[in-house]
Amino acid sequence: MTEESADRADALFHALADRTRRDILRRVLAGEHSVSALAASYDMSFAAVQKHVAVLEKAGLLTKRRSGREQLASGDVAAVRSAAAMLTELEQVWRGRIARIDALIASDLDPED
Amino acid sequence: MPVTDVRQDLDNLTLTITADFAAPVARIWQVYADPRQLEKVWGPPTYPATVVDHDLTPGGRVTYYMTGPEGDKHAGYWLVSTVDEPKGFAFADGFADLDFNPRPELPVSENVFTFAEHDGGTRATYVSRYASAEALQQVLDMGIVEGARLSIDQIDDLVAS
Repeated sequence: MTEESADRADALFHALADRTRRDILRRVLAGEHSVSALAASYDMSFAAVQKHVAVLEKAGLLTKRRSGREQLASGDVAAVRSAAAMLTELEQVWRGRIARIDALIASDLDPED
Repeated sequence: MPVTDVRQDLDNLTLTITADFAAPVARIWQVYADPRQLEKVWGPPTYPATVVDHDLTPGGRVTYYMTGPEGDKHAGYWLVSTVDEPKGFAFADGFADLDFNPRPELPVSENVFTFAEHDGGTRATYVSRYASAEALQQVLDMGIVEGARLSIDQIDDLVAS
């Protein structure tokens, strides 16, 4: 794996490792949203939502454009579907399985389980 | 969290994940050798797996289906190529119809699982390879397990653990 693709995978993983960012990504993949409309959907400050949007933008998962006073964000389907993103998605499947194995063997030691 | 290393080989569409488990190799082997344990770990909570046939021997088949929230069923099969109990095994993982006939038009991944003693526990290495980006894309689009959104949700549990 090249340095560049490793960095991209890191950025992707970091971007997706937060519930709010994943929720934002879901919304903007479904259609363009203004950042202020997004901010209204969450119980956090506009600045905090803007920061999440910036992380997604940096990971290449989201693009922004300006329309008058509004910043409009949309999801980049191609980026989400890039090889790195696909392998990262697959990685989550495997991580889920590994976590379940870990839980299963941990329950061996717990007579209550 | 047991995962210690993840490598993505973008050219060969290969994912290699290393995990350290606090249990002997024989215990980890048992997870795969016992269909009731395998089904506990293979499918996510939202798409629990049911293992039907289970022949973990060279040339043997393991068949399973996963049941989605709407009662939808998705079947798959393993075609086991090599077995080195308890150190590992290799198999092809493909899609099947609900009678477990392979669906050759759909992608198949080549998987090699290796279990080695490490620091009193087990170091497991999972290698999963797809033939092409299109194949991988197709698998993810079909929601191989839980689909993009749900698999992303699992990060929550992992980050919390």
